[in-house]
Amino acid sequence: MSPAAASALVVDGVTKRFTTPDGALTALEDVSFAVRPGEFLALIGPSGCGKSTLFNIIGGLTGGFEGQVRVDGAPIDGAHRAIGMVFQEESTFPWRTTLDNVAFPLEVAGMGKTERYARAKNLIKLVGLDGFENRYPAELSGGMRQRTALARTLAAEPRILLMDEPFAALDEQTRLLLGDRLLQIQQALKQTTLLITHSIAEAVQLADRVVVMTYRPGRVKRVFDIDLPRPRNSEIVSSAAFGHYVAQIWNDLREEAAKGLDESEAIARRTGQH
Amino acid sequence: MDGARASARFGPLLAGLTAVAVCLGAWQAIAALGLVSNLIAPPPSAIAASFPALIAEEGLFPRFAQTFAEAFIAAGLAVVVGTPFGWWLHAKRWAGRAYESWVATFAAAPLVLLYPLFLVILGRNAGTIIAMSFLTAMPAVVLKTKEGLDGIRPVLVNVGRSFGLGESQLFWKILLPASVPTICNGVRLGLIYALISVVGIEFLINFGGLGELIDDLAQRWETAMMYGAISFVVLTSMCFFYLTEKLERWIRPG
Repeated sequence: MSPAAASALVVDGVTKRFTTPDGALTALEDVSFAVRPGEFLALIGPSGCGKSTLFNIIGGLTGGFEGQVRVDGAPIDGAHRAIGMVFQEESTFPWRTTLDNVAFPLEVAGMGKTERYARAKNLIKLVGLDGFENRYPAELSGGMRQRTALARTLAAEPRILLMDEPFAALDEQTRLLLGDRLLQIQQALKQTTLLITHSIAEAVQLADRVVVMTYRPGRVKRVFDIDLPRPRNSEIVSSAAFGHYVAQIWNDLREEAAKGLDESEAIARRTGQH
Repeated sequence: MDGARASARFGPLLAGLTAVAVCLGAWQAIAALGLVSNLIAPPPSAIAASFPALIAEEGLFPRFAQTFAEAFIAAGLAVVVGTPFGWWLHAKRWAGRAYESWVATFAAAPLVLLYPLFLVILGRNAGTIIAMSFLTAMPAVVLKTKEGLDGIRPVLVNVGRSFGLGESQLFWKILLPASVPTICNGVRLGLIYALISVVGIEFLINFGGLGELIDDLAQRWETAMMYGAISFVVLTSMCFFYLTEKLERWIRPG
């Protein structure tokens, strides 16, 4: 797929190599795709395909790669105001209440207390946490903490929301329901979103397009257009069309996942022999 | 508050106080039965009864003020020097690898044995007490500061970076609050070590506050008052510990 000029985000020929004790390791090779303004794009691949590396590259946390990441046509180098990141790991600040967590980016931007709290309260309501403004993360469930992190990212008003398996640590039912919430937010804000996930169901439930990646080195294997009606919610998972997309993607992904499994078993055997 | 929650909240406290009460009761009984000489181990009731004389005749409170002023200065210096030093060991990996084990070794060394050297250099005065107590307290502050900063989850730093925070903002908004619990532990340990060191050196060089008082009472075989003074040091240490814990919760809630 050639990166489109009118895209909100373009990943163009990104290659990333790491030096390891066993030699050079190519994590990503010539990865290219584009995300259109307002689009929800999911990127899926087996463990070890470099999804998180790509997340860090796009978010500006990892440098030293070949190729370009462009936002609105301009190459970026380091963290960019237009990109908001939601991390896989629990990332709320334990010493801040929900309100202060969400207001964090506004606080560091120098916004006054009254205004930032007003804006933070609106976002807390948007993610369905009103009533929990003064709770600390330790007093919230895992799903609530991830919604706090999402609201905090949205507070910075990023044009592109970049998420790395934000619901990976949650149970399946909570993931489905939070997926609904995410869709509502994405549609309400017309938010350009790039979701990195290893869950086929999550990708099909949420995305307009799904990019399937190969096992190491990570490359774009295929792009699926998900032509399911919007607005969508988790009821879609019971439809025949949903099952059809899941089966198609799994067909592509199975071969890659098998390679990953074979390699990890080979490593385990080698390690066992030593 | 229902019974189960009250039990969960106050049970450990009650169990701890009961253990202390049982020990004191046993000590009282042993003393009353004459199994141990009252001159060596006076009963707790006699120790408690000695407090009015300790306060009125032995100047317990002025001596307390002197000891704690010295301990606070020593611990304060340990925090002022030890926190940046701990940060440096964290920030510069080579420095951490080079010096952390030396600081840990320093923490384990019986520095109190160097008191003759300090007496020669600084003289028999509060300067010697503060200098030695500062050296005793500092390693705990250094090591705990480094431990606290090393233990910060990388994702919290990445959140800051994703919002474009500079190094200074990262430190004040994320690194410092994230490591406060461990740093506070170091400060608390430093304060307690400083207090122990101050009392010990006052005792050894027979100069100053509570340490000198304890030595003086021991020389006079005023054992009830001597134990009273020791109990006072222990109780104030416990109060320190409690207050610094409260302070930590105030500085970093959640």
